[in-house]
Amino acid sequence: MAVIPKFVGERIKRREDPRLVTGAATYVDDLRLPGMLCAMVLRSPHAHAKIISLELEKARALKGVVAVFSGADLKNKIGSVPCVAPADHVPFHPVLAQGKVRFIGEGVAVVVAVAPYLAQDALDLIEVDYDPLEAVIDPEKALEPGAPILHEEFGTNSVTLASVPNPAVEDAMRKADKIIKFRIYNQRLAPVPMEPRGTVAKWDAGYRQLTVWSSTQIPHLLRSQLAEQLKLGENKLRVIAPEVGGGFGAKLNVYAEEALVAYLAMALNRPVKWIERRRENMSGTTHGRDQIAYLEVAAHKDGTVTAVKARFVCDMGAYLQLLTPAIPGFSGLMMTGCYKIPALAFEQQMVFTNKMATDAYRGAGRPEAAYIAERMMDMVAGEFGLDPVEVRRKNFFAKESFPVATAGGLTYDSGDYDRALNKALEMIDYPKARAEQAEARKHGRYVGIGIASYVEICGIGPSSLLPPKLKGGGWESSTVRIEPDCKVTVLTGVSPHGQGQETTFAQLVADAFGIDIDDVNVVHGDTAIVQYGIGTFGSRGTTVGGPALMLSVGKLQDKMRKIASTMMEAPPDQLVFSNRTVALKSDPSKSIALQQVVDAAYGYKQPIPGLEPGLDATSFYEPTNCTFPFGSHVAVVEVDPETGVTKFLRYVAVDDCGKILSPLLVEGQIHGGIAQGIAQALYEEVVYDENGQLITATLMDYAVPKANMLPHYELASTVTPSPVNPLGVKGVGEAGTIGSTPCVVNAVLDALAPLGIRHLDMPLKPEKVWRAIRDARAKG
Amino acid sequence: MYPSAFDYHRAASVKDALRMLSEYGEDGKLLAGGHSLIPIMKLRLAQPAHLIDLSGVRELAEIRDESGKIVVGAMATHRAVESSALVRAKLGLLAQCAAMIGDIQVRNRGTIGGSIAHADPAADYPAAVLALEGEITIEGAAGRRVVKAADFFLDLMTTAVRPGEIVTQLAFAPIPPGRGFAYLKHRQPASGFATVGVAAVIAIAKNATCESARVGITGLGPKPFRAKAVESALAGNPPAQATAAAAARAADGIDALADIHASAEFRAELARVYTRRALEAAMARAAV
Repeated sequence: MAVIPKFVGERIKRREDPRLVTGAATYVDDLRLPGMLCAMVLRSPHAHAKIISLELEKARALKGVVAVFSGADLKNKIGSVPCVAPADHVPFHPVLAQGKVRFIGEGVAVVVAVAPYLAQDALDLIEVDYDPLEAVIDPEKALEPGAPILHEEFGTNSVTLASVPNPAVEDAMRKADKIIKFRIYNQRLAPVPMEPRGTVAKWDAGYRQLTVWSSTQIPHLLRSQLAEQLKLGENKLRVIAPEVGGGFGAKLNVYAEEALVAYLAMALNRPVKWIERRRENMSGTTHGRDQIAYLEVAAHKDGTVTAVKARFVCDMGAYLQLLTPAIPGFSGLMMTGCYKIPALAFEQQMVFTNKMATDAYRGAGRPEAAYIAERMMDMVAGEFGLDPVEVRRKNFFAKESFPVATAGGLTYDSGDYDRALNKALEMIDYPKARAEQAEARKHGRYVGIGIASYVEICGIGPSSLLPPKLKGGGWESSTVRIEPDCKVTVLTGVSPHGQGQETTFAQLVADAFGIDIDDVNVVHGDTAIVQYGIGTFGSRGTTVGGPALMLSVGKLQDKMRKIASTMMEAPPDQLVFSNRTVALKSDPSKSIALQQVVDAAYGYKQPIPGLEPGLDATSFYEPTNCTFPFGSHVAVVEVDPETGVTKFLRYVAVDDCGKILSPLLVEGQIHGGIAQGIAQALYEEVVYDENGQLITATLMDYAVPKANMLPHYELASTVTPSPVNPLGVKGVGEAGTIGSTPCVVNAVLDALAPLGIRHLDMPLKPEKVWRAIRDARAKG
Repeated sequence: MYPSAFDYHRAASVKDALRMLSEYGEDGKLLAGGHSLIPIMKLRLAQPAHLIDLSGVRELAEIRDESGKIVVGAMATHRAVESSALVRAKLGLLAQCAAMIGDIQVRNRGTIGGSIAHADPAADYPAAVLALEGEITIEGAAGRRVVKAADFFLDLMTTAVRPGEIVTQLAFAPIPPGRGFAYLKHRQPASGFATVGVAAVIAIAKNATCESARVGITGLGPKPFRAKAVESALAGNPPAQATAAAAARAADGIDALADIHASAEFRAELARVYTRRALEAAMARAAV
């Protein structure tokens, strides 16, 4: 019999991919239920307007139309779209606008028809009489006296003012050689998952049971929130996340359409499908970032930074989605980055504007923080004429200091920032790159070297870090079941949608039981099958879901060892799982087939009197801390001064995500992450005009990165295991995004440094760069 | 993304298509590759009651040598143009331009006739068609007529094609041996269309002066155009010295477009820079 290899740490191809690349996967839109209807939402063309009247009769009269509802028709029938994060002003968020629209794309009516073409015809027949109101788009203007108020009941556009004061900051400012001040902007971005959102709901009138299929990252949390919105018992509501084609945080949410479609299915007693169109996705799925920060940095001539103070203005949009006001907190707490800066203070003014809500987007607060920290380091270097590498080294936490408390009150688990930076510098051959840059500059070329050393926060984590209203803490769950035929079923509470846990978890389980990876089936995303779980976001799938899995694995290993020890007459702690056997550690030739142990566990006569039959274990795991992955990225770019176009010459990324279970998947995450991070630096921005019209409503204008816009990545890793969890893993879903954005901006600004250009806001589009160069040259 | 109801007709011949065009009048719309029409139908910005599909008219997709002229059928896909041995050998500029449109999926469906008839101001092809002095054959109930490229593009999405007419083919004189050519574009980062695209064909005389230069520019203004000011500034002059000054006139007299990707001022600058670079690239390939 062939020897079964070990899988953990091997470059294994994703087991998810064959079905994805052959079109055999089932997304929400692939569902076809008997009698299913199509729902389509009429959306506001105004950023801010009163709804005077709605004329629905023509639409209702169209053949094939089953129902048409306005917001007023649904008043008091469906609860508010939930926001669980604390804020001073949390408005009621109706599933369809009631009396007033507050952003472009807000739903005002819904049509249910037998086919999508008819639904669209019916939408065209609805007449809405709007009284347009002045819109407010700029979050800083939204706070000015006389600004139009979005939610009259609050009398202000302030959502909340969060403040983390620290008197030590003022003291450090007084003692500093220089206080460096700058304004920095993390622009608004659209997550743009390949698969837009979509929901199907089916009401079983006999069992009085609702099933909702939705493209979500959080099926269980969605179930809890929907149950409350619809006043259903959670035991009568089943949420299924089928194949989900990307989320990037935008599907870590509960949307108006989810409760709306569920309500329609119940009210009409027919299955209903709603599929988001790309335009709706651009205007009505949460955006990311949109944070302005005013920084003051206390710096010393040797490059030491002793304090940072920031005032943030954070654009929340028109309503608060699930975690909207919670996202900026991470930007504040993490903005001291990899650095032993002793004092930090910040305040965050969160503001309503007539735009789509912001919420989590790949990194959720940490890209903003890393961007601030890394621009800060380059500003300090520029101010005192120091090498940006030296400034970083000067301020890094030393590897001996971990676990270390930060100025933001967090405890970084483990780290070796110097090692990652040194490795990246080695790969790029930093002295040579600087020499080449000097040479290029002599010839009038604008070559820049950008460095970013980031640390981020993953694997949330202790429940105290999540809002209590989320109805789900920072833990994760698993069930492992060894079936009678010795095949293993894993039920995980995380909800992977591209992260690859069907592969990673199978690797872990196969090794633990000495079986083949194909003997393991990982099931997720169905609340009727899987025990309550929290879901996939913030790189918690493997960092929190992995240890939860291993707890159940351990319970079954113990039980099987116990059974085998009786059968083999050997002490349990001397038994190992290998090659589909349980064998004696000291003499592997003494073994029994794993199947025999399974047979015994399921058999009519238990081998150990009183032992519970079966092989099934469920576990819940809550970590004591988050994990803090880190790394250093280095880019070499050349800016074309005639066109403002940035060209990549090199891109090196060294990431440390703790122990690596599946190297190929880690590289995949880094690749995708860097692509999205580069896109923030150079290409992407959501643009609303001053009236609140969304200019970037299609992919003809919103610039997601294409392969020809990205460099060749040179990747490496260092491995600093996390002490937080038994797997030693840290998470890698967002790392690439977090490191790459400041790296690329630093590189472009380094290229422009000879012109005296100190800072430019993202995205560094050709025209912006060209203008900056032209203006700088004109100043001479 | 659901068009309103329409009837679909598959034309068997140009004559058949013309008949349907005349029958349906304003309610009829020709379908070529569909890359512009279908998206605007899905947004219901266009709601033709009758769609007349030309993809079944085989002869419209032909690329052939017709007594020394290279004829490219209106339904030839971008992919067919870029990979045609004939086009590559005799009309290298057109092949080069075709290869820079969209991606392979787009090029497998989009057609040259559809592109020029739609006359999107940011389309790539018109720059090359202008620089190559293409002749466009238009057929209608009254018969066929031939329009020079310079007379074809009239305004934003407006051409010399009248209601009831069909663009059937483009004809080009082969690029004479020794001429240098180049198409360069500044890509709009989202759509990949040309924020500015410049096609240049240059002939160098024996005395090392520029014998002739033809420059087509797309993306800059509401319609693609021949940059006559650039051409005349080059003609008769030694190119190495004259190029910069000539290229500086690329945007002369043009009311430049503006969008979130490039202001009018920046577009004009891009036109000057890309014109100079296209001229330089063309010259580098030209033989005396």
